[in-house]
Amino acid sequence: MNANIDMTAAQSPARALRGAGDMAVNGHAISCRDIVVRFFSNRRSVTAISGLSVDVREGEFLTLLGPSGCGKSTFLRVVAGLLPPSSGSITVLGDKPSRARANGDVAFVFQDAALMPWRTVLQNIELPLEISGKSPRKHRVRTAELLDLVGLRGSENAYPNELSGGMRQRVSIARALIGNPKVLLMDEPFGALDEIVRDRLNDEIRRIWKETKLTILFVTHSIYEAGYLGERVLVLAANPGRVRDIVSVPLPYERTLEARESPEFVSLAARLRRTLETC
Amino acid sequence: MDAYSTPMDAHAASSYAIDEARYLEEQRRLARQRRVLPVLGIAGLLIAWWAVIAGFNIKPFIAPSPMLVMQTIIQKSDLLLQNLGVTALEALLGFILGNLAAILVATVFVHSKILQQLFLPIAVAINAIPVVAKAPILVLIMGNGMAPKIVIAAMVCFFPTLINTVRGLEAVNPQIMELMRMLSATRTQIYFKLRLFSALPYLFSALRIAASMCVIGAIVGEWIGATQGIGAQIIQATYNYDSPLLYAAIVMSALLSGLFYVVIALLEKRIVKWS
Repeated sequence: MNANIDMTAAQSPARALRGAGDMAVNGHAISCRDIVVRFFSNRRSVTAISGLSVDVREGEFLTLLGPSGCGKSTFLRVVAGLLPPSSGSITVLGDKPSRARANGDVAFVFQDAALMPWRTVLQNIELPLEISGKSPRKHRVRTAELLDLVGLRGSENAYPNELSGGMRQRVSIARALIGNPKVLLMDEPFGALDEIVRDRLNDEIRRIWKETKLTILFVTHSIYEAGYLGERVLVLAANPGRVRDIVSVPLPYERTLEARESPEFVSLAARLRRTLETC
Repeated sequence: MDAYSTPMDAHAASSYAIDEARYLEEQRRLARQRRVLPVLGIAGLLIAWWAVIAGFNIKPFIAPSPMLVMQTIIQKSDLLLQNLGVTALEALLGFILGNLAAILVATVFVHSKILQQLFLPIAVAINAIPVVAKAPILVLIMGNGMAPKIVIAAMVCFFPTLINTVRGLEAVNPQIMELMRMLSATRTQIYFKLRLFSALPYLFSALRIAASMCVIGAIVGEWIGATQGIGAQIIQATYNYDSPLLYAAIVMSALLSGLFYVVIALLEKRIVKWS
């Protein structure tokens, strides 16, 4: 699998060049200073995010943990360039978020898989290619690699309503990866799944992260998910959304689910829980 | 352990087998029921109709018996089919014209709130005029030919399809919409890859309504002034107290809207596979 990834990088010199340009940003994939987001509803303004500053290293897996109303999803939309902040500055891969998105460097995975029910698995994965005017047929090798990467080989021609919730989310991950993004934003992607499926997908997303060397921002409600997946956990407080704590995860790079039983993880979970109680 | 489990398992398995046989038998019975009962219902209605005509000795020019209607359909099938063809053509053209126009206008409305707010009230107002009131106006303007009937059929199809299609084009999954924005999709791409598909179930429920409405529109148009068509035949038969022919014409018009409906339902089943 690693060999495949290297091959695609070698085949695309333009991509390699762009990658070199990104190094100029001090190794930061995302850099935000004093982000404020205000909404106007019912004639009054609501502050969703108040003064959020964070740097995300290139290739980092950062999890965002916080109660409802802490602005986690709003923050992802700011990073995606879908929502301009009311004030503050943000760069994604050294560029404006909307530019990074337009370049296809940022991809999004939604809570519900957001698949088109009238398209097969394959057609759903190929949607981003169609939108950007590329011929899906020329990218069949890449599509096949992705189907292997997310474990969907053999289900290419199924329709979403024939798939389980976990399988649907795998399709949406493959769809996000088809355009070779560098930053992957995940908004509670496994929140609607049962715990058994969730554990398995947690392992798979770690593996995918290691194989693709992506920068991942992963929003979750679950302390265990935040601690197990992330290299760092960004804890947000609610009303208004702000940074409460940034915690480094004391687990090794190679982890298995058993790591959640280690004393380090137990004390990390306890710390996160205590922090959340004050949010 | 084995001594206990074996007879228990055997028992469980056999009771399961009996249940399965019973279940399948029950399913077959229900399937038979679904087929037989509607036929019985229609047959019952025809018998009741016949019994009333025969029992009260009702004259054929007031109301014919079902057998007489059947006889008339067979005897005058050439005349009936010729008129049915005219009405079917008017209804079909009206159906196509009205629905195409509705889909186009809905597309415009979804892309321009200003035009929607400007013109939707006019569409509502025109729709509020009863068909029977609109028909004479159109016959005066367009004459006695097929044109006014086609336009009337189109007008009655137009409104339900317009409203449903607008609603369908707007009933887009918000997360998929956000995905399209993430991908920097153009409005045209959003329309053809997302909105149109989201609208299809809504469109088809409107087309089912339109399928019978277009026949009504064509017939009402023919009532106002026409020499051929099922509507003209209904009027003629009524004036001549030829009630067997009147009933035969009514049966033909019902068959026509039924046929339209079935075609649309089959198309929907083939196209909208996902909902």
